[in-house]
Amino acid sequence: MSLLASKPQTSEYPGHTDSVAAFVPDQSRAERTTSYAVADFPVPSGREEEWRFTPVDRLQSLFAETAGTALRREEFLPEGVTLSSLSREEWLASGAPKPADRAAVVAVDQAQSVTVLDVRAEAQPEEPVRISLTGEGALSHAHTLVRVGQFAKVTIVLRHEGDAQYSELLSVVVGDGADVTLVTVQEWDDTALHLGQHDVVVGRDATVRHIAVTLGGSIVRLNTNASYAGPGGSFEALGVSFADAGQHQEHRLFVDHEAPHCRSNVEYKSALQGDSAHTVWVGDVLIRASAEGTDTYELNRNLILTDGARADSVPNLEIETGEIAGAGHASATGRFDDQQLFYLQARGIDEDTARRLVVRGFFASIVGRIGVPEIESHLMEAIDRELEGTA
Amino acid sequence: MSTLAVTDLHVTVETEQGTKEILRGVTLTINSGETHAIMGPNGSGKSTLAYSIAGHPKYTVTQGTVTLDGEDVLAMSVDERARAGLFLAMQYPVEVPGVTVSNFLRTAKTAIDGEAPKLRTWVKDLKQAMGALRMDPKVSERGVNEGFSGGEKKRHEILQMELLKPKFAILDETDSGLDVDALRIVSEGVNRAKETTGSGVLLITHYTRILGYITPDFVHVFVDGRIAEQGGPELADRLEAEGYDRFQGASA
Repeated sequence: MSLLASKPQTSEYPGHTDSVAAFVPDQSRAERTTSYAVADFPVPSGREEEWRFTPVDRLQSLFAETAGTALRREEFLPEGVTLSSLSREEWLASGAPKPADRAAVVAVDQAQSVTVLDVRAEAQPEEPVRISLTGEGALSHAHTLVRVGQFAKVTIVLRHEGDAQYSELLSVVVGDGADVTLVTVQEWDDTALHLGQHDVVVGRDATVRHIAVTLGGSIVRLNTNASYAGPGGSFEALGVSFADAGQHQEHRLFVDHEAPHCRSNVEYKSALQGDSAHTVWVGDVLIRASAEGTDTYELNRNLILTDGARADSVPNLEIETGEIAGAGHASATGRFDDQQLFYLQARGIDEDTARRLVVRGFFASIVGRIGVPEIESHLMEAIDRELEGTA
Repeated sequence: MSTLAVTDLHVTVETEQGTKEILRGVTLTINSGETHAIMGPNGSGKSTLAYSIAGHPKYTVTQGTVTLDGEDVLAMSVDERARAGLFLAMQYPVEVPGVTVSNFLRTAKTAIDGEAPKLRTWVKDLKQAMGALRMDPKVSERGVNEGFSGGEKKRHEILQMELLKPKFAILDETDSGLDVDALRIVSEGVNRAKETTGSGVLLITHYTRILGYITPDFVHVFVDGRIAEQGGPELADRLEAEGYDRFQGASA
């Protein structure tokens, strides 16, 4: 008797019904809960759609309503940029997007106040704003608002280092016609936990680039959400990550196109090496009925360097109008290409150098567009160091 | 004066049907400055010979030797073989996205020479070599073979031969897929590299067309993993007239 024939056909799985008939489509991405009430977000079990890839059992400290201490902060503020704070009440009146998951709502609730970074209207500082946050092993919550005045042009570099269990809500509200590049660099120690919600509100005719560089940490999970306050806005999200053994790096993007004639482009690349290195990329794009003339694209590429690593990639495109300029997505995950290695070695290049060239090349298309030379060179050096770890 | 000696080479590959012997005892000696054409029908093992000498991991040498001036080539890694002076121009050059041609060539040149080339001469040499192969200078800032046309890929292979100056160059069907103009330009590049460096050339081809531009000193006919016949350039003319039927009939 064959294995197929001996397989029970009916009673063994009484709960099982025809999967097509029983399939209830996921709600629209627009219908996910957002709220300031912690009670609106039960502690995740790991079975929820938005938590199913995440090792939630290791994140309990960040779901608990326990106060923490602030990360050590150092900053460089160029002309036209100031730091201050807002009370929770003032924040609520600002109309910025609400927390969208348990970690974010707890972060808002536990953070003592809202840190505000203001960029004056029409300011065009030549130097980037630099803020570095260093953890010293403690639980920490942060709630930050970046307000960029109209027609300002600014680059903001946020660096995360050290060890922490860190949860944050960062809102970036960009005025009309402004041009903002925000780079968030995660170079945590290997023990750190980092959950973040980054909300970007793109003003009319404004251009915003959000760049996530994730190299360190035990678990890093960043949810980046973009919405548009008016037509003509442009949002670009670039991401580079390198996951080593045991690291979980998750990047979730949600671009909500409601205003017409806006553009978005999402490009994330990650390399993985070592046992149970795990990256997750989820790219959601919603084009609402009113968002005519939208032009959007999202791309995810994962390069698996060794056995035992895992990359999950989930692009979702939800379109409610046919009157769009373009919408597309692409995702590919592949192993390191031995043919490339052979080609380079056949030109006399030793194996380590050849690997480095291929991986650098893999990231080059994104790194070359960061536009902040200090970050570009630092990133390439960091990638080289990651690769030397394998040798 | 260098010598590349292939002696009684047997090579297998793993296929879905099991291990398959592709080369069944190839013996061939090439000296500096000589051009040997290897001709034969598809599937006769010509490319396998090229890749086995270069050290592709897909091929397993089960018997025989390959030596370069007495050194055991088969004991060397792929990059060591290249640094020892072997060069393989591939039939299907591989794309390496994001690695610019200029970075790749400089890295390869540094590896082969054991020191970085002097910047000023290097830039001049590169520009000159690209110009001679009628390559758009902008190619040097593109990714290696990324989006190259078939002709651009082949020119890029010969550009590497000219810059890396190997002792022996194996050209694996460099002529395939080229139009007459491109074939002439590529052939001129090979002849130039030969003249300036005295390289020995192993020219693998299915067609006799390229032999009108690159004159072989010796022609070897490859059939079923062995050299079935060898001679001078006149053998190529005979193949042009008669095709490979004569040999395939004999082996069947």
